[in-house]
Amino acid sequence: MSAADLTELLDVRAGAPADMVLRRATLLDPVAGIDGVHDLVIREGRIAELAPPGEADLGDAEELDAEGLHAFPAFFDPHVHLRTPGQEHKEDVETGTRAAAAGGFCGIIAMANTSPPISTGADVAALREQARAQASVPVGFTATVTAGMEGEELTEMVELREAGAIGFTDDGLPIRSARIMRRALQYQKLCGGTIALHEEDPELSAGGVMHEGPVSAALGLGGWPSVAESTMIARDCALAAYEDARIHVQHLSAAESVDVVRAAKAAGVRISAEASPHHLCLTDEEVRSLDPRRFKMNPPLRHESDRQALIAALRDGTIECIATDHAPHHLDEKEVPFEQAAFGVTGLETAFAALHTELVLPGVIDLGLLVERLAGGAEPFDVPRPTLAPGAEANVALCDLAAEWTVGEDGYESRSSNSWCEGRTLTGRVLVTVAAGQVAFRLRSFSLGVAR
Amino acid sequence: MKNLLSIEEVDRAGIEAILDRADSFAEVGRRDIKKVPTLRGRTVVTLFYESSTRTSSSFELAAKRLSADLVSVKAAGSSVDKGESLKDTVATLSAYDPAAIVIRHPYAGAAQMVAGWTAAAVVNAGDGKHEHPSQALLDVYTLRRRLGSLEGRSIWIVGDVLHSRVARSNLIAFRRMGAEVTLCGPPTLIPRGIEELGCAVTHSLAGIEEADVVYALRMQMERMSDKFVPSLREYAANYQIDSRRLGPRQLLMHPGPVNRGVEISGEAIDSPQSLIAEQVAAGLVVRMAILYELLTGAPERPTAVGEGPAAEAAAPTIGQPA
Repeated sequence: MSAADLTELLDVRAGAPADMVLRRATLLDPVAGIDGVHDLVIREGRIAELAPPGEADLGDAEELDAEGLHAFPAFFDPHVHLRTPGQEHKEDVETGTRAAAAGGFCGIIAMANTSPPISTGADVAALREQARAQASVPVGFTATVTAGMEGEELTEMVELREAGAIGFTDDGLPIRSARIMRRALQYQKLCGGTIALHEEDPELSAGGVMHEGPVSAALGLGGWPSVAESTMIARDCALAAYEDARIHVQHLSAAESVDVVRAAKAAGVRISAEASPHHLCLTDEEVRSLDPRRFKMNPPLRHESDRQALIAALRDGTIECIATDHAPHHLDEKEVPFEQAAFGVTGLETAFAALHTELVLPGVIDLGLLVERLAGGAEPFDVPRPTLAPGAEANVALCDLAAEWTVGEDGYESRSSNSWCEGRTLTGRVLVTVAAGQVAFRLRSFSLGVAR
Repeated sequence: MKNLLSIEEVDRAGIEAILDRADSFAEVGRRDIKKVPTLRGRTVVTLFYESSTRTSSSFELAAKRLSADLVSVKAAGSSVDKGESLKDTVATLSAYDPAAIVIRHPYAGAAQMVAGWTAAAVVNAGDGKHEHPSQALLDVYTLRRRLGSLEGRSIWIVGDVLHSRVARSNLIAFRRMGAEVTLCGPPTLIPRGIEELGCAVTHSLAGIEEADVVYALRMQMERMSDKFVPSLREYAANYQIDSRRLGPRQLLMHPGPVNRGVEISGEAIDSPQSLIAEQVAAGLVVRMAILYELLTGAPERPTAVGEGPAAEAAAPTIGQPA
């Protein structure tokens, strides 16, 4: 069985294809039905075979002793801010993809709300060229839905697709006008490409910096109510149904939103949805610390009942993928009072470890579900799902589920340090990432097996 | 206590200690020379990013009555105007080695952040819509003098709770001192979920006759343009505390400045039930007590023998409160 390759749609720096044997690795790929201890053989950047433990022929390959370690299909993040062009002091293609590789991701989708936003074919072409020179893992670049993200005119969606835009999004801002939203969905028939939506009614969320509820009442902070998200999703589900269009709802945060998406899916609307690790692990109680570096993001952290609704949606497939919404910011924009600080936290380097620590180890979800959802972000963008199935392009995350580490202690691959996990001790660490058949990351302290 | 950042973090005993100290300073205010040498040689910085009359003047006067050197910085006309960040401003002022920084800022959590950047004791003189702990202390002080104790008393806080740091700090302080608190205002101006702080919420003045104390909040003109209420006239008709609604044994309070004829009628302000002038007087002694508690409790930094606050503290001084 040969799956399509990530690099047919995404761009990455070309390098030597991986040749390695992961001896006695515990493989887990629930979608492909792979679960057990094998020698995972990667030759010329492809999964060559899953051999009985200890029996694979090494040939010229590098040998890694993976006994007691887990190998998963590498993860795919449909929601990353690379901040390029214009805000390279926060992140760029090189640092952002290094962070992705360190988190076990073999592919990411970059958001278009750069400075200026990605609104022309030339912008997309320039970024793709940059990725081919700098990216450790394959990147797909989105373009904006509206010119300059101003919400008033559609971008030249057909030409953007021809230039290689993987999809469309005004992420960071909602598409305020239902009329423009409908036009974009109509145009999708012509050019294809998922439209990914940041759902927020700006009239209802105005002045909001955190979830509206008892905590915002106690802190005197402006509330960003759950209904500002769910009503906008309901609008767009109705429009997508009417136009038979396809939409992807970004960073679901509220129980009401989950209900809307679940009902829309049941009614046959072509909709996919993502949730972010911080919304799955944290609640608005964290904001009592008034620390914007770790706990201010958009949409905001919500109530425990919202978190539980997101977890239930992750289990039943209402939410098919986990997306980090990796949003690097310079400390100057975070070392200010909560209301003044920039929205967003980084997440690429900690997504797997945090969810493993907070959800898998306590038994909230099982490891297989986490692995499946961490790679679920590819399909909404028509990118092939990473798999361990023989014949496929090698996209592998090798993890030590017992390793404990303190986030931030050794710095970050990302240029920014606004991680919501800063200072937390997590259990589970990515040791090696193979992306698009190339070794994209090795943890420095991970001692390699003896190569011939 | 190193800082006073929120009333939330001060327990009942801590509140009472400050109020007892304020009582002793009230005596100083009745003297001809209203000054004690307690903080001689030490520096107090007031850093105000928002306009203020009562709070800034009473903190400044409190520092002077304690014989501290005072530096008053207002955001307008300072390097804040030139775009200096809060962190850099605090680093600059900290270079003078102040004993205390009193800060008012339009955003929640500012005082807490400042406390992380300076060795000085930090006093929150109002941070956004979050907290105003010295106001809560002076209000409790005022009520304690009048009522003896707040235990079991019913206090209604009426008006724009949503935008009021005073409402939040006072709710916490009144409850901590044993009072029962009811918040009253239009639904648009009561924050969703605030009842979880342990108070009743009502949208009508019906029942206010049961209150021992009515605490009216300032209704800001700009709330009308934000569409929180349809008109100030209608708001006043429904929520104004006037002499008809205010019983003879009820006490009336307001943090100031008052919009006469909006949240309180003119004759209610001037009525014998009104404690508004007493609140202002309490502000001075309570803020002296806050500076005293924070700065004399802290260990002294080493100074030359026979000089500075350490020697001062050791020497018996006239008028130093017990």
